[in-house]
Amino acid sequence: MTKLAKKAAVLEDVAALLSGTPQEPQPYRSLYAPGSLLTVEHLSIADVAEIFAATARLERMAGVDRARVLAGRTIALLFYESSTRTRTSFELAAKSLGATTTLVSDKSSSIEKGESLKDTGLTLRALGAECIILRHAASGSPFLLARTSGLPVLNAGDGMHQHPSQALLDLRTMLLRLPQFDPARPIDAKTLDGVTVVITGDILHSRVARSNAMLLPRLGARVILCGPEELLPEDAMGLDMGEGRALEIERDFDRALQQADVAMMLRIQKERLEGLSLDLAQYCVQYQLSAERLAAHAPRALVMHPGPMIRGLEITGEVADGPQSAIEEQVRQGLAVRRALLVRALGATA
Amino acid sequence: MSELLITGAHVIDPANGVDGLCDVLVRNRRIAAVTSPGELTGSLPAEKRLDAAGMVLAPGLIDIHVHLREPGQMHKETIRTGTAAAAAGGFTTVVAMPNTTPVNDSVAELEWMLAAERGAAVKLLAMPAATVGSMGLEITDFRALVRAGAVGFTDDGKPVLEDEAMRAALLTAAEVAVPVSQHAEDTRLTGGCSMNAGRMAFRLGLRGMPVEAESRIVERDIRLLREIKQVEKLRPHLHVQHVSTAGALRAIRQAKEGGLHVTCEAAPHHFTLTEEAVGDYDTNAKMNPPLRAEADRRAVVEALLDGTIDCIATDHAPHASHEKEVEFERAPNGITGLETALGLALRVLHRERGMPLARVIALMSAQPAKVIGLHQRGNLKVGSWADLVLFDAAAEWRFAAKDSRSMSKNTPFDGAAMLGRVRATICEGRIVYRA
Repeated sequence: MTKLAKKAAVLEDVAALLSGTPQEPQPYRSLYAPGSLLTVEHLSIADVAEIFAATARLERMAGVDRARVLAGRTIALLFYESSTRTRTSFELAAKSLGATTTLVSDKSSSIEKGESLKDTGLTLRALGAECIILRHAASGSPFLLARTSGLPVLNAGDGMHQHPSQALLDLRTMLLRLPQFDPARPIDAKTLDGVTVVITGDILHSRVARSNAMLLPRLGARVILCGPEELLPEDAMGLDMGEGRALEIERDFDRALQQADVAMMLRIQKERLEGLSLDLAQYCVQYQLSAERLAAHAPRALVMHPGPMIRGLEITGEVADGPQSAIEEQVRQGLAVRRALLVRALGATA
Repeated sequence: MSELLITGAHVIDPANGVDGLCDVLVRNRRIAAVTSPGELTGSLPAEKRLDAAGMVLAPGLIDIHVHLREPGQMHKETIRTGTAAAAAGGFTTVVAMPNTTPVNDSVAELEWMLAAERGAAVKLLAMPAATVGSMGLEITDFRALVRAGAVGFTDDGKPVLEDEAMRAALLTAAEVAVPVSQHAEDTRLTGGCSMNAGRMAFRLGLRGMPVEAESRIVERDIRLLREIKQVEKLRPHLHVQHVSTAGALRAIRQAKEGGLHVTCEAAPHHFTLTEEAVGDYDTNAKMNPPLRAEADRRAVVEALLDGTIDCIATDHAPHASHEKEVEFERAPNGITGLETALGLALRVLHRERGMPLARVIALMSAQPAKVIGLHQRGNLKVGSWADLVLFDAAAEWRFAAKDSRSMSKNTPFDGAAMLGRVRATICEGRIVYRA
């Protein structure tokens, strides 16, 4: 067993201990099919622990056994926006569990002819889909699809709103890679106590930032959002879930980095700028994560990026490929965590 | 000779200071007498008497801001169904907005809309477009349109954004003595936006309309009024539609104190709900101007209480279910409102905030009548049209969208608590609704 797998196994045992914990009241469950994951707000800490426990169990399974978990089940991937990582990892995750998958994209379907999201969902359901994985440019569209189709929906990124599976895979990457984390401790509201995560860049347009900023503080992390006013308005404090957990804004990147255990970088989403003018050269001077900056201010921090990254803009190639980078680990964890989300969505046991 | 004596009701006629037990005699479709109880009882046979003991009898309600969708969008609403909803809500007069298909910007369109063949259940009036095609550039023929019945001009749904077009509209409206009714939204600040700007919009990943988008246009329009007053010695009437922000209300309050002719309206949803109602992207909580933060909602309530806001108007905006059952950002703006306005106003303003019943009635009858210059409606003066609403002011009930007379059911108030239930609506002496 590798070191990472050992660590994951402990996580699972801890989660098992927690399984007797009574569930928080969650009225959303009546509106949306069980197993849906629309926003991290719907996840209790116990839910996260269960998902990670299943992730670890599935990881340890022999390939042939894993391929039986969702054998005979049908999963639809509905993608209205381009995607490399998320789509491929959901698809590979489903296939590795033995499920049949079908990919519907806006470019090659009746969506082009004007079919609504509701009708597309009903059509997929009629064809036997038991779960829909949705990527869509409109914030909130997974709620609409879940309400109208009645199927469990996994939000694979909706507009500027949420990308919950990304936050889960980021969290698991941190738990596996951060030296501070004690695998013997249960996943609870103190799991990330003492951990400071700095999320830097285009917060305004980032569903990844929103998802992490709303999930990590509930596990005890201090989250610092960093970026210029145009990309990080004060309204971002709306991501603060309250309960006295820490969410802060720091405009000075160096000062933020000095506090960082994790430096999470974000791409400038040119496609969503909508007339916002931004001096990219100036942006790089202030906010690019370069080797010099990292060495000077955060020589031990874990470097993360949800991708796609633009090397030479928000991050230099040297840093992305360097020893502090966990970027490829994030992608690997994406596959692992998404398996567990699919099993949860379909109510299967693993 | 048609006659009807309504007896024993608590009569509220704010325009004439009546607030007590009275009998009201209707003759030949007009108010013939308002007397002490029992004074006229002997003179009429029982079948011409309506016992209204325990009820409130008031001037029929007047809504100066409704979308009836005819012509051109009759899958959402027709004049017949929209005015039936109005009657059920206690309204006896409604003013149709011009954003139909085609836009109501000509005498021919206006006459077609107001024609008896449309089958309006209550008195139908209209505000034609202020600019040709509501394109915001060239003003329409105000004189001819006023002769044909226009009670004001508006490009509602859109602002008259250009200074020159708005100045021309105000000047010409002053000459024909009708208001220019402005949808105050600086659309240069609201492109791609689908709710109120702020923390909630950020959390939901939706682009937000800043409150300044409303107040800036109100301030600009007031500046134009001031300039016109100084230069042309004219006093145009600016009416600000669906005010939703504290900033715009501050500007309006100051302008009124400065002697300018500014009036404004508030919609029931803006004094009952906040942006929190958007919840999980409920498109029935999407309208323009959007539901605002609690501080703005409270400012609207205060301005209703202190008289800064002249009247309540619903902005009744029906949309078919398939149009609203889409992604939040793609859904059209607007909600229905004719059947929930009185119940919400009584619940929130009267019961929760202690506004006298007569003030609520004034905000929904005498005062909107004044805004559009009606003299024989919105009051119970002898000789006025017999437009009346009879309601049980103490009745508590829940609105059910499925029971609505409107063709559309797009309301955030399905299942919401209402106070005060309409029992009968009488328009020009005819009973147009009875429950």
